Amino acid sequence: MNQAEIHQSPRVASVKSLLGVWIALIVGTGLTVGVTSFDLGAFNIWIGLGIATGQAILVALFYMHLRWDKPFNAYIFVFSFAFLGLFIGLALMDTSQNQADMIPDFGAAESVAPEMP
Amino acid sequence: MAEMHSTDHNPDLAPHFETIDQQRQSSRLGMWLFLVAEILFFGGLFCVYVIYRVNQPEVFTFGHQFLDKNLGTLNTLVLICSSLTMAWAVRAAQLRQRMILTLMLVLSFLLAGTFLGVQYVEYSHQRQNALLVASQLAPDADIPAEVQPEEAISASVEGAPDEAPLEAPMVEAVDPGVSMIAPAAAGPAGLATAADRLAAQAERDLVNVDPAGAKTFFSIYFLMAGLHGFQVLLGMIAMLWLLKLTFQGAFDGGHSIKVGNTALYWHVAVVIWIYMFLLMYLID
Amino acid sequence: MAEGHSAVVTPMSEGASGDNYLTTGKGVLSWLFTLDHKRISVMYMVAILSSFLFGGMFALLVRTEMLTPGATIMTADTFNKMFTLHGVVMIFLFIIPGIPAALGNFVLPLMLGAKDVALPRLNLLGFWCWLTGATVCMVSIVVGAVDTGWTFYAPYSTTTGTAVVSMTLGALILGFSSILTGLNFIVTIHTMRPEGMTWFKMPLFVWSLYSTAIIQVLATPVLGITLLLLIAERTLGVGIFDPALGGDPVLYQHFFWFYSHPAVYIMILPAMGIISELVSVFSGKHIFGYKFIAWSSVAIAVFSFLGWGHHMFTSGQSPLVNVIFSALVFGVAIPSSLMVFNWLATMYKGAISLAAPMLYVLAFLFLFSIGGLTGLFLGALSTNIHLHDTYFAVAHFHYLMFGGTVIAFLGGIHYWWPKMFGRMYSEFWARISAALIFVGFNLTFFTLFVMGSHGMPRRYYNYLEVFKPYQQASTVGSYLLGLGFMIMAYYLAQSLLKGEKAPENPWGGASLEWETASPPISRNFEHEMIGLDPYDINALELSSDSGSYIRKDPSSILLTQAGGE
Repeated sequence: MNQAEIHQSPRVASVKSLLGVWIALIVGTGLTVGVTSFDLGAFNIWIGLGIATGQAILVALFYMHLRWDKPFNAYIFVFSFAFLGLFIGLALMDTSQNQADMIPDFGAAESVAPEMP
Repeated sequence: MAEMHSTDHNPDLAPHFETIDQQRQSSRLGMWLFLVAEILFFGGLFCVYVIYRVNQPEVFTFGHQFLDKNLGTLNTLVLICSSLTMAWAVRAAQLRQRMILTLMLVLSFLLAGTFLGVQYVEYSHQRQNALLVASQLAPDADIPAEVQPEEAISASVEGAPDEAPLEAPMVEAVDPGVSMIAPAAAGPAGLATAADRLAAQAERDLVNVDPAGAKTFFSIYFLMAGLHGFQVLLGMIAMLWLLKLTFQGAFDGGHSIKVGNTALYWHVAVVIWIYMFLLMYLID
Repeated sequence: MAEGHSAVVTPMSEGASGDNYLTTGKGVLSWLFTLDHKRISVMYMVAILSSFLFGGMFALLVRTEMLTPGATIMTADTFNKMFTLHGVVMIFLFIIPGIPAALGNFVLPLMLGAKDVALPRLNLLGFWCWLTGATVCMVSIVVGAVDTGWTFYAPYSTTTGTAVVSMTLGALILGFSSILTGLNFIVTIHTMRPEGMTWFKMPLFVWSLYSTAIIQVLATPVLGITLLLLIAERTLGVGIFDPALGGDPVLYQHFFWFYSHPAVYIMILPAMGIISELVSVFSGKHIFGYKFIAWSSVAIAVFSFLGWGHHMFTSGQSPLVNVIFSALVFGVAIPSSLMVFNWLATMYKGAISLAAPMLYVLAFLFLFSIGGLTGLFLGALSTNIHLHDTYFAVAHFHYLMFGGTVIAFLGGIHYWWPKMFGRMYSEFWARISAALIFVGFNLTFFTLFVMGSHGMPRRYYNYLEVFKPYQQASTVGSYLLGLGFMIMAYYLAQSLLKGEKAPENPWGGASLEWETASPPISRNFEHEMIGLDPYDINALELSSDSGSYIRKDPSSILLTQAGGE
């Protein structure tokens, strides 16, 4: 209706960029499926994650307009992944050290264990 | 000195805002913060996934064979298309193209519905084979189940024609209630006897060779798929709401923030699925 | 959307001056469906103080049971339920929403010179979430309560016969309420600040609410998924936490404390913000070290995410991770003590007025310091092994949560009461009650420090004869505490009914909430404001006829626009 309002509207994505990202996402999915069907050992998961993250970044930048949005919105988005990483990282660090017996050679030392009253 | 602004000139502007731009920034920031919360909510499940995947990789290698990779790929493509239509819907709302907006919302809704339909097919397939959650795979005294674990898994192997790897290792009889995790530090002598420790070691040895731990995989799969499905369902409701607003002409003025926020929500759901597809279906 | 509008009292709808937010719109529905942040805040206040009453009664029952070893007034099972309910009600229903939702909701938009929070509908939705969550919790209490302790540790919580599912569902819904409040505050602070109010001209209470909101948005969702997993564990048996199904109970503790450790800073940060406001006003001085306090509150929010493992030193957490968390958790002592030093420096050579809010500030400084310093013993690995799960931890926690948060909350209530309800309270009774609460609190909880360091474990129904004098002193202290609160309820009710009319600015605060009527009009301000230094006390002087502080240059705070729009 009034011109000022249109002016304040956020940027409109072009059809070209919408379709371009779409094609990239499809190709990315194809690549992921293709790559993971070869056995590359430990690399498989990292390549897959790399492609998926690339797809996520494309979606965030273009479909979610982060490219044109206030930078703060992008910061908090990245921030949330950092905190998730912190959570997963420390929890994983702990559980991956789970062991059958945290007191080494505990069973062997049974004979010298103090008498319980 | 300025009196409070009179706001009746713009029906889209809520009375507590000064400008439409302030209002738009507010609801957009609010949506982004909501997405942050959602990522951390869903992130809890990814944390569970990572921890069990890293500590028991064989469980995931075994378990993923029961998921249909083709259906998973199909669903990923469906969701990517819905992402496109939602992004296009935002463009249409900004440009006040009511017809295109309607079309894109309907398409997104149908694609989302297709996704849930495919999920349902897969889900009921698993359900028939009792591949649901841990308690049903490892029946113990508390939770009765009709199917014993070895029957359940071998039945699913035979009863799944489109599952490629039929040579999946067969499940040995397993003592229900065996803990998958290593016990915490053993207490001082008197609390843990040597016999207990030997028994625990024997149990662990059993578990190490036994893929019946697939129960953990299926628990995580169904939690993630279930929560994601719920998210998709909410998205579909939001799309219907947007359609109703479109018919009422709410976006004819180019005030597209509601479409934009729904699209943001939807794209996050799609991205979460892209990761889930990789982490659940594509393990080798 | 359209139905929403019609049921709502919009801030624009009222006309004549003399009308205020309390009198605009009559009837219960005009309250329950209001979008006015002030009314929502008053509803929160009523709801939260009712929860405090419930939680307090559970606490008094627990203390009464501890009068003698063995059974005094209840069975051991009931005792387990009582301390669990005390914890759940106080944490999830009272102290987490407490300051942000009840006081922050009222004060934040006023401090920003705004008409409302940025997202009023979400604000109302948050209140409804609170009501729903509280109702589910109450149902859970009726159908059998919970005996797991407020932490719902697996595997006990996955196997006990009590109503864990409904209680955790209630806590889950309450979590959404907390997220919505935090989200709303961040958006409000970003987009609703007035002309001239840069980030470092915001009142420190706003800074503390901002830091709190960051934690609420980032951490609370993890509580949500934790409780959801616990519910799935109980109803479906998903085997994530239950060792009988291949789960890992220590993982539950990681999940739980990833939220609940930051959550203690959700509780204390807003309290620190209140103290920053009060200490400046009642010392008649500009706040000392503004930027240090502002950055400290953000630093505390960040550190809060790095300490969760220090609750798990004895839970079978691995030694390496124990060491890492022990080192990290000490970090939070730095910004906290920075704040205490800045408050003390603000008081130094100030014209200190011992009005009731300031009494709470002094109590806070004393109790918070004890609570904070005893935290170091619990953060250190070696002493933690000795003190873990003893009364020492309980006392430490209560010195921070009660001696810190509740005391500051009370200070805040007394400080903003005239603004909220337009009435003064009896200063005499307020001082009596503050003194009783201070003495009663210390009697109740200092004895717990002594017992804890001598090895008295928490949550035990029975105890050795040697602890009897301490236990009884503690119980007597809790009764004094109860008496103090009864007096407070009495004089605050009396103030509502026939208190003296409050002036616009009875204390001399320089932040914007004092620039409007007491109680404020529905749209908050007659004019648009600009943000000046919120601690510039000298810009005000006491007017002898109205008893109110007024600005020496009243036009300095108003936004003037050449030619308007």
